[in-house]
Amino acid sequence: MWRFIAGRLLQAIPVILAVITVTFFLVRVAPGGPFDSEKAVIPEVKAALEAQYRLDLPLGQQYFAYLQDLARGELGPSFKYPGRSVNELIAAGLPATAELGAYALLVAVVLGGLAGVVASLKPNSAQDYIPMSVAMIGICMPTFLLGPLLVLLFGIHLEWLPVAGWGDIPGDKILPSLTLGAAYAAYIARLSRAGMLEVMSQDYIRTARAKGLPEWQVVTRHALRGGLIPVVAFLGPAFAGLLAGSFVVETIFQIPGLGRFYVQAAFNRDYTMILGTTVFLSTLIVLFNLLSDILAAWLNPRLRAQYGEA
Amino acid sequence: MTSANLTDVVQAEQGTSLWKDAWRRLRKNRLALFGLAVLSVFIVVALLTPWIAPYAYDAQNLDLGASPPSAAHWLGTDIFGRDLLTQILYGGRISLAVGFVATAVALVIGVTWGAVAGYVGGRVDAVMMRLVDILYALPFMIFIVLLMVVFGRNLLLLFLAIGAVEWLTMARIMRGQVQSLRQQEFVEAAVSLGLSPATIVRRHLVPNALGPIIVYTTLTIPSVMLLEAFLSFLGLGVQPPATSWGLLISYGAETMEEYPWLLIFPGAALTLTLFALNFLGDGLRDALDVRGSGD
Repeated sequence: MWRFIAGRLLQAIPVILAVITVTFFLVRVAPGGPFDSEKAVIPEVKAALEAQYRLDLPLGQQYFAYLQDLARGELGPSFKYPGRSVNELIAAGLPATAELGAYALLVAVVLGGLAGVVASLKPNSAQDYIPMSVAMIGICMPTFLLGPLLVLLFGIHLEWLPVAGWGDIPGDKILPSLTLGAAYAAYIARLSRAGMLEVMSQDYIRTARAKGLPEWQVVTRHALRGGLIPVVAFLGPAFAGLLAGSFVVETIFQIPGLGRFYVQAAFNRDYTMILGTTVFLSTLIVLFNLLSDILAAWLNPRLRAQYGEA
Repeated sequence: MTSANLTDVVQAEQGTSLWKDAWRRLRKNRLALFGLAVLSVFIVVALLTPWIAPYAYDAQNLDLGASPPSAAHWLGTDIFGRDLLTQILYGGRISLAVGFVATAVALVIGVTWGAVAGYVGGRVDAVMMRLVDILYALPFMIFIVLLMVVFGRNLLLLFLAIGAVEWLTMARIMRGQVQSLRQQEFVEAAVSLGLSPATIVRRHLVPNALGPIIVYTTLTIPSVMLLEAFLSFLGLGVQPPATSWGLLISYGAETMEEYPWLLIFPGAALTLTLFALNFLGDGLRDALDVRGSGD
């Protein structure tokens, strides 16, 4: 097991380095300097600004200086918000995004897992078709359509829930979390149904039934663990999708989170902010992938055996 | 009978029976047929749009403004009095075009990459697939946003950027196929006949791997269309005066309180298309008996 984890950790390093390098040079070759918008900046001021952001150094030196900053956890100053660092801006946006992501993941795992397991217990019955059809709708309905529709129905028409905001009015976290989690709930429902169906036909399930366990114990104590491995393996990629989805959801519901900062930075051409946020989010995604791989491997007895118990 | 003939016969027999078989199974799958029908209609309509659209694309009627569905405007009009049906038809052309073109880009890169890696094998294969592994781990959604920001927002770049992201799974599938096929006798026969590797890949390996390729292609198109709509919704994809379903949804969401039809109809068009493609892809996967690809 430790060998497996160490191997995966080693694989993650070149990926993160690649992200940093590609992003850095992409942002540097972007047309238009960051200070082009200012009309007729005095040359001395411009030089001072460029020195402050290290734009006067050769590209290679800028890159290595940036790597050194990163090693210290410094993401640099923001171009557009003078006097504020990218670290501060991320710290300001992260709590809302993290909370939104956590709730959405909860929605996805609980709703999706439940629907998938329920569907798998009676395949090809109404108990199977109804949740699976809803799941298909969830997969085909994009977040940016579902969000406005939910707002229209529950916010404007029925007036049950607030239409925007985050933590200002009670209940305003429900719609964003549902919107973001829905598509993943749908995927998880399909994955867990397929996983459960496969496990339920295994010999050890027959053994469990033969020794007289009631069906709910067969499911909860024996089948779930194996049947949910695909779901755990999916959580890594899902996390990346959730982050991208949070760009949209934060825009729709006007949540002051990282996703909205990122989109705004993109429009403002705040290159240091884009660079810093990309590196930060990418590292987060890579680490989460790693975690989900390790968890899936730990749940899988075959893989555990291959790498030895530890 | 020469071995070349033999290869042809074996291939031809497998080919026809496989496709006939698949079609027979697909015909029984109502949802897949529904998907195929919807998709066919949408494609024909998209091709004929300039002739069948009820109004000109840029026709405005500022006096009318936003009006609900009526006899003159079946799906209503937007705040500039533009006919929504016309907007959806023209937007659909772009959304579908992005879906198909970007998928084609992904298809060409992925199939070529996977075929070369699988056929050459050895160290080349190891390096090529290692690269795919690394790219897989990159958070591409963020990268596409970055690309669109850095290089401006034009349609051609959108095609390329999305295509460049979606080829990875295709490459993996193709490599797996080629690896299992190249051990078989008909490939050895082709090698002994002195055919060049490029010819073998093109004439013998790709046709035999068509099943998984088709299935995965059908499932890639909806995810590409979703990506385009996502970018357009954020304002980073298709730019006015051109339009797409994603862009129409984003306008619709802004004014949904007063004019809900502006959100609902473009949303329905996109959702229906994605439904159709997913059903068709699932149906083809069952019909062609392709297992464990793309999921």
